Amino acid sequence: MSQQFHGVGVTPGRVVGRVRQMPAPVWEPHAQVDIPAGVTAESEAERIRAASKAVQAELKARAAATAGDARGVLEATALMAADPMLVKGAVKLLDPAGDGGPRTAERAVWESGAAVAERLRGLGGYMAERAADVLDVRSRIVAELRGLPAPGIPVSDTPFILAAEDLAPADTATLDPARVIALITSGGGPQSHTAILARALGLPAVVAAEGVDRIEDGTEVYVDGAAGRVTTEPGPAEADAARAWATQSATLAQFAGDSRLADGHPVPLLANVGTGKDAAAAAAAGAEGVGLLRTEFCFLDRDTEPTIAEQVEAYGAVFAQFPHKKVVIRTLDAGADKPLPFLTNADEPNPALGVRGYRTDRTTPGVLARQLEAIAAAEAEHDADVWVMAPMIATAEEAAAFTEMARDAGLKTAGVMVEVPSAALTASHVLAHADFASLGTNDLTQYAMAADRMLGPLAALNDPWQPAVLKLIKATCDGADEAALATGTAKPVGVCGEAAADPALAVVLVGLGVTTLSMSPRALAGVAAVLATVTVADAQRLAAQALAAPSAQAARDTARAHLPILDKLGL
Amino acid sequence: MAERTATIGSRVGLHARPAAIFAEAAGEYDFEVTIAKEGEPADEALDASSILSLMSLGAEYSQKVILRADHPNAETALDHLVTILETDHDAE
Repeated sequence: MSQQFHGVGVTPGRVVGRVRQMPAPVWEPHAQVDIPAGVTAESEAERIRAASKAVQAELKARAAATAGDARGVLEATALMAADPMLVKGAVKLLDPAGDGGPRTAERAVWESGAAVAERLRGLGGYMAERAADVLDVRSRIVAELRGLPAPGIPVSDTPFILAAEDLAPADTATLDPARVIALITSGGGPQSHTAILARALGLPAVVAAEGVDRIEDGTEVYVDGAAGRVTTEPGPAEADAARAWATQSATLAQFAGDSRLADGHPVPLLANVGTGKDAAAAAAAGAEGVGLLRTEFCFLDRDTEPTIAEQVEAYGAVFAQFPHKKVVIRTLDAGADKPLPFLTNADEPNPALGVRGYRTDRTTPGVLARQLEAIAAAEAEHDADVWVMAPMIATAEEAAAFTEMARDAGLKTAGVMVEVPSAALTASHVLAHADFASLGTNDLTQYAMAADRMLGPLAALNDPWQPAVLKLIKATCDGADEAALATGTAKPVGVCGEAAADPALAVVLVGLGVTTLSMSPRALAGVAAVLATVTVADAQRLAAQALAAPSAQAARDTARAHLPILDKLGL
Repeated sequence: MAERTATIGSRVGLHARPAAIFAEAAGEYDFEVTIAKEGEPADEALDASSILSLMSLGAEYSQKVILRADHPNAETALDHLVTILETDHDAE
């Protein structure tokens, strides 16, 4: 009988395929276990040798089927699996008379691997980097000893739908988009690592779909990434939908730039980027500028602040991709999920509500001023139209202080992120000082709903369609209008959160008064295709209806019901 | 006990791929072959079939290493292994 699983759709796409479950991570074998009668150090040594040979053979076979640099890495990893240092070390630990008494084969391999990894770390440099390979091999041998599948993304010759509880950042590095055609997870939320990866790769994905981690390997399912639905035993209707999507997605990959509504009203579509490389990809995808340049990449994984020269080069690499186009650069957003040793305090009990974003300028003055200096210097070297904004602005005073700093640095357009509900509610005052606002809907939602972005069980609360979030967006746009009237200058409001990439919500946002939308480059064409089917009046009517809806689901359903193009395009 | 001196021929030193090729060759014998840097005591020599040992040995290009083995077939085995060490595998 056909079974349905409902979750949160994070990337549109309709596919039919067979499920492969992500094996559970290998847990540490217990140290204190009774060795069963009949099991000897010799018999356990034999198991270790056999398991290490089996893992080596498997890795060798994979190496043979791989090309390029990856092949060399797999060959070296294969040798490590049966390495005497690792294997003999483990066998020695089995000796009941030795230090720590008798051990199971699993435990001996675990400890031996740890000792080898520790030794490599002590050597530093290249050798220290190999420590992770040793630990990977160790997990594989322990899994083999237990008769469980090897950890990591399953290897398969045929493309499959990857099911998991949630993916870890390390798994995402080894995911081959040519093999994995969709992602389905029982945990995670719209901001989980799985979701972020799916958006980056453009893979259809459904997260927080309870039960999908228990679908049996090899089961055929239909995944609808827009509707957030996974269905077993797909029939001809689903097969047709998947075929239609395959054709459709080719056209949806094309965005020509110059996004307009049906009545010709322009709604520039910009890209969210982090590096010069991202910016090049965004420019190639037709983005009309950059709506969010995250500057954290320049600072992450560092113990000390990057020099002004390093920053000028990093920002310049992005500006160079968009001559005479708008690039909105966000000053450092450290803290919460992005701690930096020289700027933030890792011991805060509640980091999302702590010293993060613009607030770090109070505790560590100087870093922001130097960053603004670097942005101004990079702007002088390029032709991009550079706008600068600060994250985590909560009050009009903060907006005034930041815009003054930016102008002192020689930057002509200075604005604020609106992600703290207080800034949305006092937008007319905030925008009396700031030249523009950019709604960070991810944080605005988490703060409005008091729901951690990363928590799967709170995914339903963490929904930008929530009536409270829509009202905050409306308040921001209304405040901007008031400020524009009072100051006699336009106060544009953009959106740079994930909400902008949802084509139905994009229409509602435009109807609420948002002037530009910034998103992952992959979403540009889909959003443009939907915006082109409505007029300003249509968008305003849909926005009013969504705003009046009593729940997120009702708001979404109302909007989608009036946008037949969505179903046609599978979005 | 047979003994041979070899000069590392790989420009990158005895790391990564050259180390993998050598460790695999040394592992094909059913007796132990050890490797040590020239001038280091024989009892601190490492197992030549262990890629992890080879990498931690850290032998660089043109450095001399000593191979040792104790077995009736050791002489031919060591001659073969010296050839592998003195080849620049990355130039192939």
